[in-house]
Amino acid sequence: MQDAPLEKRWTVIIGSMLAVMLGSILYTAFAYHAYPPGTTVETVDSTRLHLTEEFREDNLGVTTRPDGSVLVTMVAHRYGFTPKHMEIPAGKPLTLRVATPDVLHGLHIPGTNINTMVVPGYISVVNAVIDYDEIVKHGELDDDGSVMVPVFCNEFCGLNHHFMWGEVLILPES
Amino acid sequence: MSDFTRPAGLALAHFWVAFGAFLVAVLLGLYQVLERAELIPVWAEGYYIAVTAHGMIMAYVLTTFFITGFGYYTAASSLRRSVWNVPLAWAGFATMLAGVVLVVVPVLAAEATVLYTFYAPLTAHWTFYAGTLLLLFGSLGWVVNMIVMTVQWQRTNPGEPFPLPMFATTANAILWSWTLVGVGCSVAFMLLPLSLGWVDSIDVGLSRTLFAWTLHPLTCFWLIPAYIAMYTIVPRVAGGRLYSDKMARIAFILLLVFAPPIGMHHLYADPFQTAGWKLLAAFGTFMVAVPTLLTGFAVIASLEIAGRLRGGGGMFGWITALPWKEPVVLAQILALLLLTLGGFGGMVNASYGMNSMVHNTMWVPAHFHLIFAGTVITMYFAIAYHLWPKMTGNGLYSAGLARLQLWLWFIGIAMLTLPWHYLGLLWMPRRTANLPYAPEFVRQWQPWMDLMAVAGVILVISALLFVWNLLQTHSSRQPASERELEFAEPLHPVFRLPKPLNGFTLWNAILLVYMVMGFGYPLLQFFLIEPHNALAWGW
Repeated sequence: MQDAPLEKRWTVIIGSMLAVMLGSILYTAFAYHAYPPGTTVETVDSTRLHLTEEFREDNLGVTTRPDGSVLVTMVAHRYGFTPKHMEIPAGKPLTLRVATPDVLHGLHIPGTNINTMVVPGYISVVNAVIDYDEIVKHGELDDDGSVMVPVFCNEFCGLNHHFMWGEVLILPES
Repeated sequence: MSDFTRPAGLALAHFWVAFGAFLVAVLLGLYQVLERAELIPVWAEGYYIAVTAHGMIMAYVLTTFFITGFGYYTAASSLRRSVWNVPLAWAGFATMLAGVVLVVVPVLAAEATVLYTFYAPLTAHWTFYAGTLLLLFGSLGWVVNMIVMTVQWQRTNPGEPFPLPMFATTANAILWSWTLVGVGCSVAFMLLPLSLGWVDSIDVGLSRTLFAWTLHPLTCFWLIPAYIAMYTIVPRVAGGRLYSDKMARIAFILLLVFAPPIGMHHLYADPFQTAGWKLLAAFGTFMVAVPTLLTGFAVIASLEIAGRLRGGGGMFGWITALPWKEPVVLAQILALLLLTLGGFGGMVNASYGMNSMVHNTMWVPAHFHLIFAGTVITMYFAIAYHLWPKMTGNGLYSAGLARLQLWLWFIGIAMLTLPWHYLGLLWMPRRTANLPYAPEFVRQWQPWMDLMAVAGVILVISALLFVWNLLQTHSSRQPASERELEFAEPLHPVFRLPKPLNGFTLWNAILLVYMVMGFGYPLLQFFLIEPHNALAWGW
């Protein structure tokens, strides 16, 4: 074909573009652990969620584990998040575990990579580190340096879906 | 001379259902932007009903009717033979139409506010699911017609290359058959029984995975007719040649093979699939950029040929030499600009880790409105402007109005989607009736919300102009200048093609293997882990 060199050049350009993009995905996945939620599949009986040990109301909230990492256990339900108020330290490895007793929900904390679907029958697990310098640009800053940010439900869950949001207080790195 | 019957009535019936529904859906879109920007009283239920109806009509009604109608007309014109089984085609049409009625009535009656992606365990009235199945089932009348016509042509013309428009149309019919399986299984075996009370619970993970199966190839099913027009109609109208027939075939084959296995990227943020499968889907998703990058190259090269044949010189002179006054050419240029922007956003969504930043924010509707409304629908406009004179025998009522309409649509879509991308980066959630959130967040969103409402008005004006122009064409007095639908000649005519580029057997086999790899275990796991089902819920 007459214009074969031109086609070849374009094929090389396409190949290089894809190599750069896929390379970046692999690099950030392995070097920065930039994974989407769900490294393992964990199931839970949503119809009895409040009776399970992990998601019983008085077991929800923020706990600091012996290694200094933070565990956040939450329930997303029509139309809110439980617990309603939480304080989460920035700069620490954090694991969020969230489940729902009813329908589909989303959970998104702006300024972080914490953005997951919450699906009846399954436990959503997100690993992240909250970057204080990033979050301080967006949330409401208190005198003591803590920052209030909203938690959005970002998946349609019913006619009052837009009322489903909460707030978390992000504590500065000590 | 040709002795085949042009299926003008059949195609027009399909097109008018498509565009009539389109007009309703655009008006619903305007209602949504006004309500969401709180320029009219907030009525949450109305908003969510409107989102459901807007999505169902745009994604399933407009597209399926347009594509089947265009398919019949393209098949008959490019093969120069009549539609194989016209009663079957009409039966398919009637079945699809019955399906639409069954879907739309419960939606408007507030009995199916589950949005167009069906959000199980929300459970709509059973007629909503039955209507969806009828719509899918009716479209099989088209699939069978396309495949039989392909086989018959092959028998009478052994070894000859398929005309490119038919090759692409058949690729789309095959792609559609693969696409249907996911949503069909989810609706027939899970959602419909749940809505009828035959089962009292379903596994939401399985249902969503089946739905994800459909979600990517569905978009390519919409896109292929736009690409058919770009490869085979626009170069001819522009006064040029198709740059490469082979490249076009490869692009259509790649769309067929790469599109179905990657729907998993809709589940990046879902907890019931693991990271490895998501990473695999990310790789596959970038592969599906290849046919679009090939298409961008080939169709722009075809325009360059046209521009140079018209005397355009220098590096960019060919661009100004193009017949911008031809609505079809203008449409393609505008569609390609929006496709470029939409493609960029898509790469971000597709990027596995980066998706966490934008998942379910306004970034997502911004992306798919650019591709769907900006690229696909703009090319559907172009096809309609091109075919209406051929189907009715009357010249287009007004080419000037058509150009104005296309520019308004382009401006409207750009005004709608560019702010949406920005709002997505400011974390605005998509699909909320209004925004009763922390005031410091809402304040930074507000100016962009007003812009989006203006865009909505522009788009409605454009849609009205479009439908008005087509309606007036039916009663236009001047005769059409050309009745035959002719297609662009390639720069280098093809007389013989390697077998894989002239058939689909090999590609179906490869696709089967790829689908088993991509969806085999992710579907099988639900039968191995004994998940907990979810009960049916209202909204």
